[in-house]
Amino acid sequence: MKSRITVRPREYHDSVRLMQVSAQVRRLDGVEEAILMMATDTNKKLLATAGLSSMEVQEAARDDLVIGIIARNADGAENAMTRAVDLLRSRTPDLRAVQQMSLGAAVAAMPDATLALISIPGEYAVEETRKALRAGLNVMLFSDNVSLDDEIRLKQLAEQRGLLLMGPDCGTAIIGGNGLGFANEVRSGTVGIVGASGTGIQEIAVQLHLHGLGISHALGTGGRDLSASVGGLTMLRGIDMLAADPDTDAIVLTSKPPDREVAACIIERASACGKPVVVNFLGGDSGAATRAGLVAAHTLSGAAKRTVRLLRPNGRTAPDSAWSDSELRHRVNDVAGLLSPKQVYLRGLFTGGTLCHEAMHVLHDYIGPVYSNIASQSGYHLGDCSRSCEHTLIDMGDDLFTRGRPHPMIDPELRNRRLLQEAGEPDVAVLLLDLVLGYGSHKDPAAGLAETVRDARTRAAQDGRYLVVISSVCGTEQDPQGLARQKRLLADEGVVLAASNAEASRLAGMIIRTAAGRTVEGTSR
Amino acid sequence: MNKPENDLLNSEICVINVGLQQFAESLAEQSVEVAHVNWEPPAELDPELEQILEELL
Repeated sequence: MKSRITVRPREYHDSVRLMQVSAQVRRLDGVEEAILMMATDTNKKLLATAGLSSMEVQEAARDDLVIGIIARNADGAENAMTRAVDLLRSRTPDLRAVQQMSLGAAVAAMPDATLALISIPGEYAVEETRKALRAGLNVMLFSDNVSLDDEIRLKQLAEQRGLLLMGPDCGTAIIGGNGLGFANEVRSGTVGIVGASGTGIQEIAVQLHLHGLGISHALGTGGRDLSASVGGLTMLRGIDMLAADPDTDAIVLTSKPPDREVAACIIERASACGKPVVVNFLGGDSGAATRAGLVAAHTLSGAAKRTVRLLRPNGRTAPDSAWSDSELRHRVNDVAGLLSPKQVYLRGLFTGGTLCHEAMHVLHDYIGPVYSNIASQSGYHLGDCSRSCEHTLIDMGDDLFTRGRPHPMIDPELRNRRLLQEAGEPDVAVLLLDLVLGYGSHKDPAAGLAETVRDARTRAAQDGRYLVVISSVCGTEQDPQGLARQKRLLADEGVVLAASNAEASRLAGMIIRTAAGRTVEGTSR
Repeated sequence: MNKPENDLLNSEICVINVGLQQFAESLAEQSVEVAHVNWEPPAELDPELEQILEELL
């Protein structure tokens, strides 16, 4: 094997483009590994793990590009390096957008622009956002790794100018039927959503679509908007905008657990907005919303269902679950019976942060608290995220995993690797997953996931273990990936598909609880 | 309640994309008018020079 590493100083390419070129070079004959990355600290570690480190890489700055190749021989490595550089040089001819050199030039060339979508590394995104707001543009700030102080300053600036700032770390928005960032192709309709969570918005929008309703607009706020420091500035503005919007008949609010006082402020504004409002604050106090005359929902799919009941009080809705209660019980017992007595733990690997949060709350009723990199309960926060502990759920889209590399909904490789790692643990019984389709996401995420599941189950079978793999698929048939095909690829590998993330989590919890009961019963004899 | 003056929801959306090119492609695919900025990290300047530029701009 021959490796070649090149550092190209001050050459920037976005992480998705680097991922795409890496994949193209990896497919060349004789190439074992090809990694193109900006030289961030996380990426230097990843390169070192792949055996692609050098003094030059260690000394490289975060705006330097590293190209690392491992090939069968020196010629192969050289050819791959040349090909990588050529691919980077070639401008993408298929981009059907006007290209500009700077935000200022774009504003001058497009005076009717209404919104800037910003997804550059967090340390640079603050300045570009400030420029966009000063130019009178609403902003969707997709970037994470933006400080809380910067977020507050930017949101105050937006407020002063009467503009909407969605984010930082805002993954999803739908404006007038158009998806921004990660968004599903859902029906246009009369439900407006304001969400402090990207995949929360996606799951609700998709569930509403599956029930036959549609979305007027979906506004993201960023995950910290409902913290005490930010005070829900974006959610409050979003509620006002949807309240004034003639196309919106009902509003759904969703967030991970908000600060208590901020939640009260949001509920007060929502109850005075003049339209019916469904509130889903995952793990939050639903009593306050109900007392204020709003409709509370505990899960994302539950929020969709309650919205359907509000707008169609006498209408029919799609069934909540893929299975009847008795089918579910049979399924749980059948599957639990295939596990060995040592297999007692659940491992959840999520590309959607809110889906991870929701799973944590749903599972609590079945198996109690679980370890996680996003756990807020003391004692359950995972210190070392590279190793799971007992029942563990990992949000693979956490900042920790996305510095200098694409979000796992775009590049599922880290999740796939982690899946194999978890599947190799002899005490793991159930793997709980999500798969999120739509604009922005990987073009065929089920293909790689199905292949990984096949490998994982084959390896487990070689060790005499049966591995339960459960997933939900957040998507519609109109999404670029196509829901039916994505589901079929997973089902063909024996993945149990649930109708929603909440249902997948319930099923996983029931199987673990049943398996644990059986183990206790077995050992007590 | 504050009366929002923002007409983002009532007008045709028109986007300037700064960052992942894939997002501009997705918008173009949905027939949204979009301009893509070929963004690059700014060069790290001498702090004194940066101050002068800041004042000029």
